Amino acid sequence: MTLTKRIIPCLDIKDGRVVKGTNFLGLRDAGDPVELAARYNEQGADEVVFLDITASKENRSALIDVIRRAADELFLPLTVGGGVSSVDDMHSLLRAGADKVSINTSGIKNPDLIRQGAEKFGNQCIVSAIDVRRNDNLSDDVTIISMPDGSECWYEVVIYGGSKQTGIDAVLWAKEAERLGCGEILLTSMETDGVKEGFDIPITSKIASEVKIPVIASGGVGKLEHFYDGFVYGHADACLAASVFHFGEMTVGDVKKYLADRGVPVRI
Amino acid sequence: MTRVIILDYGLGNLRSVKKGLEKAGAEAQISSDLDVMASADGVVLPGVGAFSEGMEKLEKMKSALYEYVKDRPVLGICLGMQMLLDVGEEYGVHEGLKLVPGAVRHFPVNDSFKIPHMGWNNIEITQKSPLFEGIENQSYVYFVHSYYADTKPQYTLTKTDYICPFASSIRNKNAYGTQFHPEKSGTTGLKILENFINLL
Repeated sequence: MTLTKRIIPCLDIKDGRVVKGTNFLGLRDAGDPVELAARYNEQGADEVVFLDITASKENRSALIDVIRRAADELFLPLTVGGGVSSVDDMHSLLRAGADKVSINTSGIKNPDLIRQGAEKFGNQCIVSAIDVRRNDNLSDDVTIISMPDGSECWYEVVIYGGSKQTGIDAVLWAKEAERLGCGEILLTSMETDGVKEGFDIPITSKIASEVKIPVIASGGVGKLEHFYDGFVYGHADACLAASVFHFGEMTVGDVKKYLADRGVPVRI
Repeated sequence: MTRVIILDYGLGNLRSVKKGLEKAGAEAQISSDLDVMASADGVVLPGVGAFSEGMEKLEKMKSALYEYVKDRPVLGICLGMQMLLDVGEEYGVHEGLKLVPGAVRHFPVNDSFKIPHMGWNNIEITQKSPLFEGIENQSYVYFVHSYYADTKPQYTLTKTDYICPFASSIRNKNAYGTQFHPEKSGTTGLKILENFINLL
């Protein structure tokens, strides 16, 4: 008996539509979220993530509607994030049909929110979404990551969809988020997101080795082997991808077959 | 049509449980009204949240639930299952509903395993039960939990191995429980819900 590695299609949602960009910019329309989610359900996705990148209060009801419609057709786990800034926000997403909520910017601004959510809904319900970017200005109080090319750097947490630096060390923050009670880390590297050259293995494997909670690798899938690398070299527990699935370059089934043939435990 | 009440005690993902039950062929209703519950064919105690908070919220519904379970089935899901047991060890030690003998414990810390146990894992059917009628042994179901049921084999319907073998579904008389989420376990899960409905 084995806990399988998860394949998670991620739907970035803006004003009720799925969108996809490169390095968090240049958004393209990629379809209706519910339609896509149902397709991934059929393909054997292990989970689906909705990230609301509108995150403005006015469009909150559009998101709730999308979650409801999706929850009607999906009998698999659904994580929802984007603009979650209070326990009430979490509650309304869970009520609409989300199983887990992911907290990003507001967790940095108010770390206690992670603790409050975990205490109220259980640790397993709270996903800490961490967006990171490589920083080459080394100092004594950062976690040094050795890159494959021999260079050294650290990874900084960025917020507001990657537009604002925080000065916070990603590895330390991941450990702190775990201590505060989140049950999972969704790690997106801005270095690789949308570039389709593979996950950011150095930071993924570092964080996966430093925390005891599952880590979802996100950002950068272009080929089947990138999933393999994410699990085997990045030590991720789940791999998340968006555009390769949205634009039909591969199906979840293709990915699972590829992984199963190479000895990675997946649910088929 | 079989009418199932999803007990709304202020926590948990009620909507997907409702949709799952409907898909499996029941008329499902979310309610915190004890009279509504008393008239139902079956009750589901849903499950996302922390043990202590769940028990606290359930406090005023406890006696009605005990009355109900005397002659009709209850299905606890995840936290809902854990609360069926005697005692829970999440954020302190808290009394459970004591419908199934056993305790809810935190997984032992082990460096090679992540906690929570989150994702799809197999169930080994250890005891014949109508709840698992037509379910293939070693089927995959979806788990999300950091605590597990520690109970005797006679109350165990399926076993799953993660860090340690644990009871992934339990039963004592009319009290049934699954640690996994049938409403999130695709067709396998829907079949289990259908089996529960057929018990009613």
